[in-house]
Amino acid sequence: MIGNLDTATLQHLWWLLCSVVGSLFLFLTFVQGGQTLLWQIAKTDIEKDMVINSLGRKWELTFTTLVLFGGALFAAFPKFYATSFGGAYWVWMVILFTFIIQAVSYEYRKKPGNLLGARIYELFLFINGSLGILLIGAAIGTFFTGSNFVLNDYNLVKWTSSLRGLEAAFNFFNVSLGIFLVFHARTLGSLYLTNNLDFTGMPDFEKRVRTGALVNLLCGLPFLLYVLGMLAFMKGYAIDQDTGRVFMESGKYLHNLLAMPAVSAMLAGGLVLVIAGVVLNAFSRSRAGIWLAGPGTVLTGLALLLTAGYNNTPFYPSKADLQSSLTIFNASSSHYTLSAMTYVAMVIPIVLAYIAWVWYLMDRGKLKAEDVTAQEDSY
Amino acid sequence: MIDHFDPVMVDWARAQFALTAMYHWIFVPLTLGLSFLCAFFETIYVRTGNEDWKRLTRFWMKLFGINFAIGVATGIILEFEFGTNWSNYSWMVGDIFGAPLAIEGIVAFFLEATFFAVMFFGWDRVSKRFHLVSTWMVAIGSNLSALWILVANAWMQHPTGMKFNPDAARFEMQNVMEVILSPVAISKFTHTTSSSFLLASLFVISVSCWYLLKKRHILLAKRSITVAATFGLIAAIFTAATGDEAAFAVAKHQPMKLAAFEGLWHGEKGAGIVAAGIPNPDKKPGDSEQAFSFEVRIPGLLSILAKRSASAYVPGINDLVFGNPEHGIVGAEQRIELGKKAITALAEYKKAQKNKDTAGMETALATFDQYREHLGYGYLSDPAEAVPPVAISFYSFHIMVILGTFFIFLCIAFLAGALKGKLENLTVLQLAGVTTFFLALIASQAGWVVAEVGRQPWTIQDLLPVSVARSNLTADTVKTTFFMFLGLFTLLLLAEIRIMTTQIGKGPEED
Ligand code: HEM
Repeated sequence: MIGNLDTATLQHLWWLLCSVVGSLFLFLTFVQGGQTLLWQIAKTDIEKDMVINSLGRKWELTFTTLVLFGGALFAAFPKFYATSFGGAYWVWMVILFTFIIQAVSYEYRKKPGNLLGARIYELFLFINGSLGILLIGAAIGTFFTGSNFVLNDYNLVKWTSSLRGLEAAFNFFNVSLGIFLVFHARTLGSLYLTNNLDFTGMPDFEKRVRTGALVNLLCGLPFLLYVLGMLAFMKGYAIDQDTGRVFMESGKYLHNLLAMPAVSAMLAGGLVLVIAGVVLNAFSRSRAGIWLAGPGTVLTGLALLLTAGYNNTPFYPSKADLQSSLTIFNASSSHYTLSAMTYVAMVIPIVLAYIAWVWYLMDRGKLKAEDVTAQEDSY
Repeated sequence: MIDHFDPVMVDWARAQFALTAMYHWIFVPLTLGLSFLCAFFETIYVRTGNEDWKRLTRFWMKLFGINFAIGVATGIILEFEFGTNWSNYSWMVGDIFGAPLAIEGIVAFFLEATFFAVMFFGWDRVSKRFHLVSTWMVAIGSNLSALWILVANAWMQHPTGMKFNPDAARFEMQNVMEVILSPVAISKFTHTTSSSFLLASLFVISVSCWYLLKKRHILLAKRSITVAATFGLIAAIFTAATGDEAAFAVAKHQPMKLAAFEGLWHGEKGAGIVAAGIPNPDKKPGDSEQAFSFEVRIPGLLSILAKRSASAYVPGINDLVFGNPEHGIVGAEQRIELGKKAITALAEYKKAQKNKDTAGMETALATFDQYREHLGYGYLSDPAEAVPPVAISFYSFHIMVILGTFFIFLCIAFLAGALKGKLENLTVLQLAGVTTFFLALIASQAGWVVAEVGRQPWTIQDLLPVSVARSNLTADTVKTTFFMFLGLFTLLLLAEIRIMTTQIGKGPEED
C-alpha cells in the first residue's frame, strides 16, 4: 500500500514526520529551559536538587528526540544533512558541544570525585539551555532567511561565508527566533516543574517556580511578535511550479499560511494553548499548564516547519545561489527508501504509547524533597 | 567529483573520527554487557527475594549509570560527524546509510532512554516486576541500537542492496533486506555484542577481584564473579566463534584487509598463519624485502580459516595490487585504469545531460555501467594506496586473538574457582582478575582498529575512498575541532574514572 504512494506524497509525508519530531523536541526543551532557571527559582540546595532530579528523569528523552530529528532528516533528506552539517559547520559543532556537556552533567554533578565540582556541571547545564537553544533557533531561522551555500553538479557543498554557519546568529530574524525559543523553553521549564514537584511545605519555592512561566513568556513575547511580523511581510523563497526554479516572492510565508488554512489554524491554536497554559499556571492552583502549553508548542512548531517546507517553498534556501536551494523534492531520498522508512515509522505510535505509559507510572507521585535526600540513586 | 582534494584535511577528519569513535568505544561495550549483567542480577533478586541480591544489583547499576552518561555524551557527535566531516559521503550514500541511523533512533534509543529512568528512579515507584522488565528493556534497547549502527558499518565494509543513480550522482537503496541481513552485518553484530558481553563480564570480575584482594564485600564479590564468569565464558566462546566467522567474511569481501592483518604478501595454496611475528615496516608492494623479521608460522591454518579448506588459495597483498591472472584476480593497478574510465564516463554523462543530448547520455551511461564496479579505484593515483597499513592491522589482529584465547581460559579458571568455593584463597587468580578488564579494553579497541584501519583507503569498500568522502572544509577547521574534542573528552574521561573509582572504593550501600 505504501509502495504505491507517489514520490511527492512520500516527500510531503516525511517532511511532516520530521516536523513532528522537531516540534516534539521543542516541547521537550522544557528540560533545557529548566536548566537555565536553576539559579533563579531554586535558592537552597534541596530546591536545586529537586529541580535537577525532576529534569534528570526527562533529559534523555529530549536528547534522544534531537538525535532522532537528525537521523530522520538524514534518512529522508540526505542532501539537507550533507549540505547543512558539512556547510554550516561551526553552528552545528557548537550546538553539539553544548549537548555533549549536558549529557554527563546530571550524572556527575553530585558524585564525589567529579573533578570539576557541582558548579561547573550546573554551568554546563546552563550553557546547554541558553547557547544551545539559541543557536538551534538561529539555525531554524535560516529555513526562512536562507544560508550561504552553492552546490555543484555533483551536489558538493561550497559554503560562501567563512563563519561557516555562525553567520546565522548575526541576522536579527534568526536571533529573535533563537531568543524566543530560549524564553519559551524557560516558560515550559517552569510549567513542567510546577507539574512535577511536590511543594508541600515550600510555598516560596512554588511561587518562584510558578511565576517563572509568566515572566518568561512576557520576556519572549516581543521576539515572537517580531518573528511573526517578519514572517507575514518579508520576502520569501518560492518554487516556480512549472519550471522548478526558485525565486523571491514578497509575502511568501503569509501566502503559505493563507493557502494552508490548517497550518494557520495550528499556528493560532498553538499560540492560544501556550498562553492559556501560562495563564492557568499563574492565576490558578492548577498544575496542568504544561499539558496545554506543551501541545501548543508542538502545534506552533509544526506550523512553522510546514510553512517552511510545504506549498512549493524551499525549506533550506540559499541566499548565495537561489537555484542551489533545497526543497523537499530535490533533497529527499529515493522513492524506495522513503517507502521502506514509512513502514518503519508505523512503530512510532507504539513508541509514543510506552513513553506516555512510563511517564504516567513514574510521575503519578510528585517528586518530594525526601526523594532527593533519601534516595541513593538521585542525581 | 571532488575537485581540490586536500590530503591533510582528510587525515585530520580521519583522526577525528578515530578519536571520537575510540573514546566512545571505551564506554559502549561496557554498557552493552553490563546492562545484561544487571538484568541477570535483578532477575536472581526477583526470583529469590533476597535483599542482598538487590543491593548487589543496585551497586552494579550505579556503575552502569556513570558509564552510560559518558557513552551518550561521546556518541551524539559520531552521528553528526558523518554530516559535518564527511558530507560528500552523506550525500552519496545517505539514501542507504541514513535509514539504519533513523531506525536506531526510533526502535532502540527511546527504549533505552525511557526505561533507563525507571531502572534508576523507579525502585519505589513501580512494581518489582515492572522494574525488572524495565531493566531488561534497557539491555535490549542498547543492544538493538548496536545492531542498527553495525548494520550501517557492515554496509560500508560490504555494500549491497543498492544501485548507482547517475542523475543524482549517488547510490540508492534497492533492497533493504539485503542491507539488514547481509552476512557481514550478522557477523559484525554477533562478534561485537558477544565480545562486549565478555568485556563487561571481565569488568565485573576485575572489580570483584579487587574486593577479594582487599578482603571487602566478599560475598558480593563471589556472587558477582559466579554470574560474570558463567556469562563471560559463554561470551568468550561465542566471541571466538563469531570472530572466526568474521574472518571468513573478510576473506570473501575484503581480501586486502585479510592479507594485511595476516601479513600475507604472496598468495599461496595452503597458506599458513603467523602465530607471532614482527612485520618488516619497510616492505612495499612488489619489492623483494622480507615480510617478517621474525615469525612463528602454523602451516595451512589460514586457508582453513579463510576458505574452510586446507589447500585453498589465499591471495596476498602483491596479488591484489598487481593482479594474478592465474587465480583470476584483477589487481588494483588495473582497476585504477578501469575506474578512471567510469569517472570520465560519468562526467560525459553529466555534460550530455546538460546539453540535453540523449544519445550521448546513453553511450556515456553504457560505458559507465561497464566499469562501475571499479569506480572507487579511479580516484586512487598509485596502486600502493590500495594497501592498508600492514603492521598496525597485523599487530591489532594478533593482540585481539591472543587475548581472546587467554580470556577463555581465564573465565574457565574463575568459574572453576567459584564452583569449588576457592576464590578467596587464589591470590594469583585475583591479581590476574584485576588486570583483565584493561586487557579486554585493549582487545576490543584492537578489534575496531583491525576492522577500520584494515579497510583503508575505503570509506565504502571499492566504491568511495576517504579522500572523496570528505566535506569541503579546511584542514585547520577540522584540526581545531579535533583538539576541542580531544580536550573535552579527555577531561570527561578523567572525571569518569575518578567518579568510578570513588564509587568502587565506597562499595555497595549500607554494607
Ligand atoms: C578469539 C578470537 C578472535 C577472533 C578470531 C576475532 C576476529 C575478528 C575479526 C576477523 C575482526 C574483523 C572483522 C571485520 O573487519 O569486519 C574482528 C573485529 C573485532 N573484534 Fe575480534 N576476534 C577475536 C577476539 C576478540 C575479542 C576477545 C574481542 C574483545 C573483547 C574482540 C573484539 C572485536 C571488535 C570490537 C571488533 C570490531 C567490530 C567488528 O568488526 O566486528 N575480538 N575480530
